Amino acid sequence: MALVELRDICKTFGSVKAADNVSNDNESGEFNTQLGPSGSGKTTVLRIIAGFEEPDSGTVRLNGVDITHLPPFDRDVNTVFQDYALFPHMTVQDNVEYGLRTRKVPKALRAQQAGEAIASVKLEHATDRLPHQLSGGQRQRIALARAMVLRPKVLLLDEPLGALDRQLREEMQVELKNIQRDAGITFIFVTHDQEEAMRMSDRIVIFNEGRVEQVGTPEEVYERPATRFVAGFLGAANIVAGDPARKIFGRTTTVSIRPERMQLQPVSYSAASGEFAVTATVKEAAFVGANTLYVVDTDDGVRLSISRTNTQSPGHDNRFAPGDRVLAVWHDRHIAEIPA
Amino acid sequence: MTDTTTNSQPRSVRRSRPVSSYLLRRPKLRLLALLALPMTWIIGVYIFSLFLLLITAFWNVDPFTSLVSPGFNLENFSLVLTNPSYIATSVRTLLIALTVTLVCIMFAVPLGIFMAKIARPWLRNTLAVAITLPLWAGYLVKIIAMRLVFTEEGFFNWAMSPIGVRGPGFSVPIVILTLTYLWFPYMALPVYTAIRQIPPNLFDASSDMGAKGFTTVWRVVIPLIVPAMIAGSVFTFSLSLGDYLAARFTGGATQMIGSIIAANINLNPPVAAAYSMVPITFVVIYLMVARRTGSLERM
Repeated sequence: MALVELRDICKTFGSVKAADNVSNDNESGEFNTQLGPSGSGKTTVLRIIAGFEEPDSGTVRLNGVDITHLPPFDRDVNTVFQDYALFPHMTVQDNVEYGLRTRKVPKALRAQQAGEAIASVKLEHATDRLPHQLSGGQRQRIALARAMVLRPKVLLLDEPLGALDRQLREEMQVELKNIQRDAGITFIFVTHDQEEAMRMSDRIVIFNEGRVEQVGTPEEVYERPATRFVAGFLGAANIVAGDPARKIFGRTTTVSIRPERMQLQPVSYSAASGEFAVTATVKEAAFVGANTLYVVDTDDGVRLSISRTNTQSPGHDNRFAPGDRVLAVWHDRHIAEIPA
Repeated sequence: MTDTTTNSQPRSVRRSRPVSSYLLRRPKLRLLALLALPMTWIIGVYIFSLFLLLITAFWNVDPFTSLVSPGFNLENFSLVLTNPSYIATSVRTLLIALTVTLVCIMFAVPLGIFMAKIARPWLRNTLAVAITLPLWAGYLVKIIAMRLVFTEEGFFNWAMSPIGVRGPGFSVPIVILTLTYLWFPYMALPVYTAIRQIPPNLFDASSDMGAKGFTTVWRVVIPLIVPAMIAGSVFTFSLSLGDYLAARFTGGATQMIGSIIAANINLNPPVAAAYSMVPITFVVIYLMVARRTGSLERM
């Protein structure tokens, strides 16, 4: 039995279907991520799990118990909000103690537990400060401590790193992952950042237009995208359908192949076993540091993106320039067939 | 590249503006021009008349001729500060003003929460208009309206007669009600605005951490709107303190500071002047306390 089970959740705001028959299982102890572009329904589903929204239909079960219509204050889940939602008139200590206080935890015990939670996010020195005296990263940590101190079965995180700058965000990604692993709490994390999702998650649920497109480990959803949307949303992909797919890749379905899974070779190159090749003309070559990104047109008129890692010492690399005739080469096992 | 410049002449100097240029170099003169009118008002009319009032408080009235004669004596002050009926009226007025303020807060907070967080937009707008509408009606009109409602044969007694309830008649409670009616918008609007400005996430966060509605109101909403309540109370408190027509028309025998000042204004101006220092002192003390909370900066 999964810890959080969503079954056929529907939610409409006006004429917008924010959640359209969403079903999903979140396993206990896992770092689950709900990934999707803005307006894809990922946050709505999170708010339904938290109890801030009631679904129009469908059920939410926590540990097998139907909690669909329970108010937020009766659910054993806690939330870290996008803009942290710290109480501006309370000190860090009082913010963290808030949930313990509503649960009537005795004063000494709650001071101790809040102190431990604050220490676990390394902000012992800031207990007497007000939220506006903290930096963005510190507020983020306090919001996390405030939710974690209640030891919920599930911690919901609504784009908690969105407001942080890049470097801080990467530090917090590692830290969040460590905290989740150490505490063994089930996380349901909402983000629109694919890299962040892949870096942190045990399991990713990809949302689009209110529907779940695919569920899987980061590798599964990246290597075996189930839909065109997933293939295009998670990193770059060459998506080829119809006639060209049959001619070039010999498939009757739509196929997807990642730019980094294709190679460029001189026309004199002879393919190894399992390799396929098609002649093409280089249209663009962009040096972006670690990689060079090529855009080529095959003789059948299909445009492909190919990424080459710049591994050779400068000047010794096999470079191509726009107008060069080349072979675009790939291995058959790198092709993902998209059923739909 | 084609030449796209128009044939306008480049200019480094615009046409001269002698007054502006002159003032630009003389900041003191500029300040004077800016403040001339408001300062004439504040110092010339407002402060000066208060000062005259203060001076008059030290004068006295000749018992035979009933003429005011200038001088310096503290009799008027000792009268209003020691005479039991003056003291009682001062205390009564203070308590009425404080009660009006409290009643306004008790009405404004739930109403503000409903308007800001629960009501649909059309209802919210309707209520906002309903709250401000009384401000459009004349002050006396509203007092007379309350008088008609609570008079012996008035609406209240008529409406309550089936259940055998009778109104208290013109008395202190009705004065409090009338003053609440008069000044409620000054409390309701800032309180409502402040509640609207509370980020919705704070309500979610509070209930997420186990707080039910009342706890959220008590621990989150009230502390965050204290500045708005104090801003509103400056109006409800000081306007109530200075009022006398509400007491006169809806108070029966109730006397407030204003009633006594009004009664003395022709008979004994120095006593009226001395007594008017009492509400001024109350308001000054109140403002100093309010200032300490830092709430006045938000007004």
